[in-house]
Amino acid sequence: MRARAAALLAALIAATALVVGLGASPAAAATSGPVLFGTITSNDKGLEGVKISASNDSGFSGSATTDATGAWEIKTPKSGTYVVVLDEGTLPEGVALAPDSGNTRTVNAFLGKVRIQFPTGDGVVETTSKWAQAVQLTVDGLLLGLVLALSAVGLSLIYGTTGLTNFAHGELLTLGAVSTYVYNNLLHIPLVLAAALALITCAVLGSIQDRVLWRKLRKRGTGLIAMLVVSIGLGIFLRYVILFFFGGNTVQYADYNGQAGIQIGLVSITPKAMVGGIVAIVAILLCVYWLLRTKMGKASRAVSDNPALASASGIDVERVINVVWILGATMAALAGVLLGMTQGVNWFMGFQILLLVFAGVTVGGLGTAFGALIGSLLVGLLINLSTLFVPPELKSVGALVILILVLIVRPQGLLGRRERVG
Amino acid sequence: MDWGNIISQTLTQAIGILAIIYCLAAIGLNVHFGYTGLLNFGQAGFLAVAAYGLAVTVSYLGASLWLGVLVGLLGTVVLALLLGLPTLRLRADYLAIVTIAAAEIIRLLVRSVTFREVFGGSDGITRFADEFYALNPFTTGIALGPITFSKNDSWVFVVGWVVVAFWLLVVWSLMRSPWGRVLKGIREDEDAVRSLGKNVYSYKMQALILGGVIGAFGGFISAVYTQSVQPDTFSTDFTFFAYTILILGGAARVFGPVVGALVFWALIVFVGEFLNEAVANGVITFITSTQVGQIRFMLVGLGLMLLMIFRPQGIFGDRKELALDAR
Repeated sequence: MRARAAALLAALIAATALVVGLGASPAAAATSGPVLFGTITSNDKGLEGVKISASNDSGFSGSATTDATGAWEIKTPKSGTYVVVLDEGTLPEGVALAPDSGNTRTVNAFLGKVRIQFPTGDGVVETTSKWAQAVQLTVDGLLLGLVLALSAVGLSLIYGTTGLTNFAHGELLTLGAVSTYVYNNLLHIPLVLAAALALITCAVLGSIQDRVLWRKLRKRGTGLIAMLVVSIGLGIFLRYVILFFFGGNTVQYADYNGQAGIQIGLVSITPKAMVGGIVAIVAILLCVYWLLRTKMGKASRAVSDNPALASASGIDVERVINVVWILGATMAALAGVLLGMTQGVNWFMGFQILLLVFAGVTVGGLGTAFGALIGSLLVGLLINLSTLFVPPELKSVGALVILILVLIVRPQGLLGRRERVG
Repeated sequence: MDWGNIISQTLTQAIGILAIIYCLAAIGLNVHFGYTGLLNFGQAGFLAVAAYGLAVTVSYLGASLWLGVLVGLLGTVVLALLLGLPTLRLRADYLAIVTIAAAEIIRLLVRSVTFREVFGGSDGITRFADEFYALNPFTTGIALGPITFSKNDSWVFVVGWVVVAFWLLVVWSLMRSPWGRVLKGIREDEDAVRSLGKNVYSYKMQALILGGVIGAFGGFISAVYTQSVQPDTFSTDFTFFAYTILILGGAARVFGPVVGALVFWALIVFVGEFLNEAVANGVITFITSTQVGQIRFMLVGLGLMLLMIFRPQGIFGDRKELALDAR
């Protein structure tokens, strides 16, 4: 009885959070005005991650971050005069704007799409040595690897305990980032607290998802491939629900926005990225401790090995699976919060990163939590270090190619066991 | 509310060219998933390779459109071999992850700035199918009651359904043959088939190639229909929609993909047109016209989920003929 009441309460809290949060979100506002857009390039290469913001007298403000090709766009509500500012702190190392043009543009935008140019300067670009670049990329790669690892642990544990290849795992990550945005920007809760609330929200949602959907399917004896297809449907559904309420723009958290990087030796890193990295490491260590030392963690490994035997030896398999779901959802939400801090929040971020998470999990070995950790770190490093040789826009391609190559040489992954391969 | 327009749009698009493209993709998936039990989540990649093979041959190499078709077909066969070699010996979900990754690799490569010279970046390639329309026997468009097609669309429409009919015939006859029975055997119990002395790996590879080639024709139709290829047409969602269509119609049934495509597009277009009309006329005020598109996608996701849970065999399928357990 108590458990049921608690579950009901949790569901209520989650529902309220969702209604309060999403009802107040900015996306519902119709964006039918002109679109400001442009491409930031340097030596014909698109610059990724450059932040551009636009505002007008009547209180509109929007921002965008350039994608891998250097393209950005900001949708405005109506025609008028907009001041567009490029955040020079977000330009990559060694790139500056052309000296005489400045970082601010005032434009009269009326209809359709208005291109705004920010030329980068000639000769301002100083080339850093390959070694210095490699050190910087290693640090960036480890940070990405940690984000991937956080998402991968849950994916891998859920796969291990239930056999479900969860294609809706990315949406847990998106939900983490989106709910942090809602708490931080709309309810004005400080970021750290907002992130904590977001983790709780996602933990509750993860538990509900398992109880309402997956547990029922397991009871019905739904096949694994059928469940995989169900997770694809759920993923599509959740993605477009998020888009519906949240809108298509990439947005930044209100706190610690546009923080300048500090130089440590050869490496430039923002304080928030550093804190994020430490939080991620702590979370992963806690998770490892949980798996190795606690009763529940051991039980979860027992269920992964052999559910029937685990059940026979007195382990409450359904409860273990529910805890695994809660843990997985929380870790994924944390990954979303961290990714949102560095890359901004959008409705598509989880699905975008899901393939890389899969790559990490598969390289490490499907269904092994430790393999997932190592595989994710490797994939993160590989993606960033590959930019030494391939254009940044193609960096994910390298990781996915490696995934395929690993499957040829060692299909069970680095730490996987042969019998899982089939 | 203009009901005439809603109904005419729904009927036209339900049998229209988009339905043909998705239908061909789903027939290919039917060979993969329905008959052989292979989880190919990279069907969009096969269509992309075919469409881009065609477009690049014409616009970059300056060769004939028909040579482009050959290049596209060759491309899909090579892709199937590349994907099949590492994964067909492994369990089903490995193939799923690798194929979805491969489709994304292809999309990222063709939309990259690095290869813009060849593939046209995110804008893609346009105007390369004049040779196809030069053969157009239609002097006016088709107009049958509420169903209307323009002159050029009519030509694509007729060719498209002829291609669909051809592949349905091929699939129907192949699946009655000993070869098809081996495929179904692999779906049911791989080890049993292997113990009969069949080379399971080779059969799976043949099925992967055949399904890919059928999908390739969807890519060709999509390329000539709009006279353009764009990378984001071939996103992962495309494959997911094709799966929805296949499961809706009924997997492992020859006509499953056709029925699925007709019903899917009729529903999708009807919901979209209805909501758009309602928004435009102020009947529904709490959503905008952009959000109508998003609601359609939500319904697809929800539909796929509910279908898989409550009626995995779709409209015509047989539950016993479904490969739903990973081995």
